[in-house]
Amino acid sequence: MMKLLKTLREAFFPKSAKGIPVGVFVAIVAVLVLVAILAPLLAPVGPNTQNLMGRLKPPGTVARGTMFILGSDELGRDLLSRLIYGARVSLSVAFLSVVLSGCLGTVLGMAAGYKRGWVETIIMRVVDIFLSIPAILLAIITVAVLGPGFINVILVLALTRWPRYARVAYGQTLAVANMPYVRLSKAMGASWIRILGLHILPNIIAALSVVATLEFGLMVLFEAGLSFLGLGVQPPMASWGAMLSVGRNYVSNAWWIATFPGICLFLLVLSVNLIGDRLSEYLNPKSR
Amino acid sequence: MIDGFSNTTLSISNLKVAVGPHSVVDGVDIDIRKGEIVALVGESGSGKSLTALSAMGLLSGRVGQSGGEIKLNGQTINPQDEVEMGRLRGTRLSMIFQEPVASLNPLLSVGEQVAESLVVHGRATKAQAMERAVQMLADVGIPEPEKRAKQFAWELSGGMCQRVMIASALIAEPDLLIADEPTTALDVTVQAQILDLMRRLRDKTGTSILIITHDMGVVASIADRVCVMYGGRVVEQAEVHQLFKAPKHPYTKLLLTTIPKLTDAPKQDLYSIKGMVPDIADFPEGCRFRTRCPLADKQCVKTPPLQPRKTFDDGLVACWHSELTETLQ
Repeated sequence: MMKLLKTLREAFFPKSAKGIPVGVFVAIVAVLVLVAILAPLLAPVGPNTQNLMGRLKPPGTVARGTMFILGSDELGRDLLSRLIYGARVSLSVAFLSVVLSGCLGTVLGMAAGYKRGWVETIIMRVVDIFLSIPAILLAIITVAVLGPGFINVILVLALTRWPRYARVAYGQTLAVANMPYVRLSKAMGASWIRILGLHILPNIIAALSVVATLEFGLMVLFEAGLSFLGLGVQPPMASWGAMLSVGRNYVSNAWWIATFPGICLFLLVLSVNLIGDRLSEYLNPKSR
Repeated sequence: MIDGFSNTTLSISNLKVAVGPHSVVDGVDIDIRKGEIVALVGESGSGKSLTALSAMGLLSGRVGQSGGEIKLNGQTINPQDEVEMGRLRGTRLSMIFQEPVASLNPLLSVGEQVAESLVVHGRATKAQAMERAVQMLADVGIPEPEKRAKQFAWELSGGMCQRVMIASALIAEPDLLIADEPTTALDVTVQAQILDLMRRLRDKTGTSILIITHDMGVVASIADRVCVMYGGRVVEQAEVHQLFKAPKHPYTKLLLTTIPKLTDAPKQDLYSIKGMVPDIADFPEGCRFRTRCPLADKQCVKTPPLQPRKTFDDGLVACWHSELTETLQ
């Protein structure tokens, strides 16, 4: 247990770290996750509570006895409350799409790397095709066909992002499948399901977790991007991307509407990416 | 089915293995009797590992069995049948390999891996299997087996890992253990210990062992019988003392000559067989050793059959000029 704690501490607060320790970014993500989970307790008012008398009020304005700490938007809704509820959308879309695409990509990549032959050819060529189309374009087209909405955004992101995981899982499986311990296990009569689950998956999960972390940041941006274009979650549901989109119309006379969601997005994506970088450095023996 | 009562554990007859259009194992016959230790000797590329892997049904990629029959205790088995082989591997046939440390999964404890074949084949519950694994670790001479069972491969030495592999291969009491260069990666003292362990386990359990090696020292210290392979064929087969005393195939003779002796003059160049094993794409017609053989003549263009060695044992040799082999220096 102490050993584990020590390893974790060294991973997050390496002694020779340049710049800001990665623990700071872990803390930022942790705070955002907590805010998302505890949204109903933290938000001063509901995210959709309108106050048409208090439209476009700057941060700190008091209206009808409550204060708009971060100002209000074009319908007089409290920006802080919407940001807090927006964290739920951003994080849950990113998390669920990463889990879905990660599982799909890992299974397909491992199948291609282990079974080889025509299975490999079909799966990896499909991966190539997916990777050759700009991801956001693919997502936009799919949403346009399926229709926007919370669930659809998750599905679209999962369906368009799995090839990244498949690539990594495929390459890693190829390497691990040739390890002598896989051969030994086969010689002991282990089935391919056991070999994949017990010997290969645990040995490739580290590399996949790096991809997943980096993808998480990207998924937050994709959701924001789709919502910004009106293809993501639909009004009145609060999403950082959608708030940014609305804020753009008022940026000359109400800067706060677009600024605060932007800062939140920036902090979340930056933190997640830096954690991913550090994780990949840590898991790569060459850079340890 | 008289054969069904015979005491032959594994019988390989006329085995052929092909890589694409080229045959790398060309009609190999090997019989391993119950409780016998047979050594399969030859240079790299002579097809000895492929022979063993095809008996296990572990050939993969472009390499495939193209002919021959394999019998286990008199029953024909089909190495290409994954379901059948899945049942046999670990329980009736097991195999260990030459890289002991890399052959153990770094993320699983040693005990779990020793117990693997019992768990895989549903012979025992996980707890029972772990108990058996600890016992097995003790049997292969690992001190403090309870503690070791919970450790990982990278916490053990190479010799220790090889013992672990042997334990995992033998836990389900297979009829045959195939050991593919089990001591190559180990230093000589550990090598001697491992060979001694394998012999003791054979004496105790009656498991037959097929040991693949290119080290004549290993052959001399463990084998009952030897098969010498060259270019994908068995060229000579004999009881171990007979083979060392009176090699009948020129290749065997030259192979034995390559072993440095204490009586050799100091600073004398070490003897080596001229030439290289030909590429699988261009083995010569007839006897495959003839391009390097000092005795080769026109007759060798025809493939020599495996014939009795004309000595007192039941050995076999495949050479037209076996009676001249003694004259080689």
